[in-house]
Amino acid sequence: MGKITRRLMMFGGVAAVGGGLAVGYALLPYTTIDRARKLAGKSGETMLSAWVRIGTDNSVTVIVPHSEMGQGVHTSLPMMLAEELDADWSLVRMEQAPADMAFANLGLARGYLRGDKSIPSWMSGAADFGFRKVAESMNLQITGGSTSVRFTGVDGFRRTGAAARSMLIAAAAAKWSVPAGEIEAKLSKLTHASGKSATYGEMAEAAAAIAPPADAPLKAKKDYTIVGTPKARFDIPAKVDGSAKYGLDLRLANMSYAVVTASPVFGGTLKSVDEAPAKAMRGVKQVVKLPDAVAVVADNTWRAKEAALALKPEWNEGAHASVSSKSIYAAMDAALDAGKFEADHSVGDVDTALKAATKVVEGAYRVPYLAHATMETMNCTAQFENGKLTVWGGFQDGLGARAAAAKFAGIPIDDVTLHHTAMGGGFGRRGSTLNYLKHAIGVARAVQGPVQVVFTREEDMTQDNYRHASVSRMKASLDDKGKVNAWLHQFSEKFDPPEATMVNYDFAHQASRYVTGLNPIPWGPWRSVDHTQMGFFIETFMDELAVSAGQDPFEFRRAHLNGAPRHKAALELAASMANWSTKPAEGRARGIAMREAFGTIVAQVAEVSLGEDGRVRVHNIWSAVDPGEVINPATFTAQIQGGAVYGLTAALYGEITIDKGRVVQQNFPDYDMVRMADAPLHEVRFIESGARTGGAGEPGTAPVAAAVGNAVFALTGKRIRELPFKNFDLKTGTKIASL
Amino acid sequence: MITITVNGAPHEVDVEEGMPLLWVLRDVLNMTGTKYGCGVAACGACTVMVDGAPVRSCSFPAALAVGKAITTIEGLKSGETLHKVQQAWIAEQAPQCGYCQSGQIMAAVALLNEKPQPTDAEIDAAMTNICRCGSYAQIRAAIHAAAKA
Ligand code: FES
Ligand code: FES
Repeated sequence: MGKITRRLMMFGGVAAVGGGLAVGYALLPYTTIDRARKLAGKSGETMLSAWVRIGTDNSVTVIVPHSEMGQGVHTSLPMMLAEELDADWSLVRMEQAPADMAFANLGLARGYLRGDKSIPSWMSGAADFGFRKVAESMNLQITGGSTSVRFTGVDGFRRTGAAARSMLIAAAAAKWSVPAGEIEAKLSKLTHASGKSATYGEMAEAAAAIAPPADAPLKAKKDYTIVGTPKARFDIPAKVDGSAKYGLDLRLANMSYAVVTASPVFGGTLKSVDEAPAKAMRGVKQVVKLPDAVAVVADNTWRAKEAALALKPEWNEGAHASVSSKSIYAAMDAALDAGKFEADHSVGDVDTALKAATKVVEGAYRVPYLAHATMETMNCTAQFENGKLTVWGGFQDGLGARAAAAKFAGIPIDDVTLHHTAMGGGFGRRGSTLNYLKHAIGVARAVQGPVQVVFTREEDMTQDNYRHASVSRMKASLDDKGKVNAWLHQFSEKFDPPEATMVNYDFAHQASRYVTGLNPIPWGPWRSVDHTQMGFFIETFMDELAVSAGQDPFEFRRAHLNGAPRHKAALELAASMANWSTKPAEGRARGIAMREAFGTIVAQVAEVSLGEDGRVRVHNIWSAVDPGEVINPATFTAQIQGGAVYGLTAALYGEITIDKGRVVQQNFPDYDMVRMADAPLHEVRFIESGARTGGAGEPGTAPVAAAVGNAVFALTGKRIRELPFKNFDLKTGTKIASL
Repeated sequence: MITITVNGAPHEVDVEEGMPLLWVLRDVLNMTGTKYGCGVAACGACTVMVDGAPVRSCSFPAALAVGKAITTIEGLKSGETLHKVQQAWIAEQAPQCGYCQSGQIMAAVALLNEKPQPTDAEIDAAMTNICRCGSYAQIRAAIHAAAKA
């Protein structure tokens, strides 16, 4: 480990790890602080650190480097900082940091460097901008992998709050000539027994002259007054009166609107297009040809959209024109048959144990491609002026997007300004996959003034970066006491996070292996990433093993969790919340599943019935959640519930199919969603085990498909081994869709 | 030229016969509180009220609204006071990303006008808007809270 300097601690204590890397990390924060001050410092206010500003009016402005997607991070991070600062919460405000290097997510970089396994590696590759890995992690401002609270919050905001507090106390001690230990800091006020007192604002300037301490003590949890209590989110009022401005809501003087149509076959290019039909239409200003797309620029979105429909572009379809879901699945199955595996993880000796076993159970599973379908379609507004580029839009990683914009435009990053707008959903789509930014820059090059490039819903659905389709084969042996001895998981395609394939049960022998190179469709991280399919594969098979062993699915899991007390406690709580030991009402059944994702354990029970139409209705979900600790309980509950709805949509309806290299589904009528009538009652309870803080946004998604499928099995005795359930008559277990 | 009345104010707009109300609101009048989600009447993000009834404005020609009272999310407040449905939305902290919520709120206001004390089944039947963030539990609670307010 390199040396931790004082200045570095202010940024979350970036500890450089050995060798050449140490220099970059040691240097960056020094240059960073000045730059951060310049960007965020305002007159009348003193910048105490890059992440908090205390105004002479006693206001506390917390500068958050992450994007708000509805997960509440613009409120929970300030809560963590304000707690350590002992600020008066009513005085706390939030500002989103500009997309500048000064706000690179050093907390994340630090977690990454110390090898925390649960940082998804897709984030380190968030941008293939030609940076080396170190530079990449310095450039991360990403919101994804449920990292905001876990890394920025724990490593950065808490320490920053504590350091700021101790600087204020030190300043008061010097001014009043009293020992620092005698000063109390509470509710944004400093007081001393002598009767002296000052607000933080009054002491802010003096405190700024004090060197930030590296080791200001953090509060004990029992002393918390802000963290752990429900706080209203800062972003909500603007979201109930129509005043929140999303990317699509940007209105600039002289702005035009463009609708793009990209090659429907991934990797295809534009061969030719007759522009005349579009140009003849009212309001159309120009047609812009891009290498892989054509755009119609008009004076409003609707006219651009109608004119885009009038074009009949021809494409060079390229190498993927013949792929289909069928051919992709067939290739995956063939690769699994051929058995050229990449090693994933392995404990013990699975192959020998399986060979020696007397009872072996097998299962084969499959899941399709999925689109993100954020409620606000992809869009970006861009303008070139004097060789400089300005972009406006919703980005999960503002800094990464800025670097990508520079690369797409072929200009230095300092010539790119990026403005964040509110984001109508992210779920991974607005992170590292930026075709909407690329198109916007391409169109803006050809257009005078700002241009808002809009994906129609159809374009959004067919030009996404998809959760990959995957095929899984499971094999496990049961001993004569009905315990699993060996567990082997072989599947196609592994992305991230690496630990998503891990199983938390105590199996003496376990291994996972995969085949790869079989996905011709653009991939992107999708809420909970590989946990989505792994949750379904692993927890469905676990249920099959319980049945084979003649055991209750809850008791069977529980018996395999002696080495995982947190998991066991969550499982037990979920079962007791659901009254697992009692019989459900006539016509209903329950299923159970659990998953640890992004540091948070979620055990779920689902209770279902079947409709006349053979479709499943999920009445209730009970989730027992151990995220280590809960910052804002209201937000966390909503994230677990919302995450489960996202996973339930995938389980019930979600299916993107490929035909002739194209995405078949176009819009919500053929890519349906869970709506109010489908949404279960969902009770969430937390276990604050004190373990390192886990994520909120994604863990609720991972177990739900298995919990529902296991409940369907309990009801019907029919095991559904592929998603989505809409393709089956669940009463008979027969497939009613063709693929 | 047609004249439409939005939140009590008349607007003269020069648009095609078939131009959907959604785009007249958003791109001609720059009233962007009403959202685009699908354009095919499948998601409800664009819901406004026309003479008190919920309408999916992406699939409703502006010309059909001539002579009628259009209410959008921007017009729900009276003065500085939020509509009770908006207040309930804040109290229940319903929005996540928030993008669907203008449409959800308009659909809820229309529902409560029709049925001041809706049952869960009536909420299921009337609230068919998509929330991709999955805020349905909070929306349901907010509708019940507004019904009591
Ligand atoms: S945009 Fe009108 S219903 Fe979806
Ligand atoms: S709050 Fe995001 S779509 Fe409803």
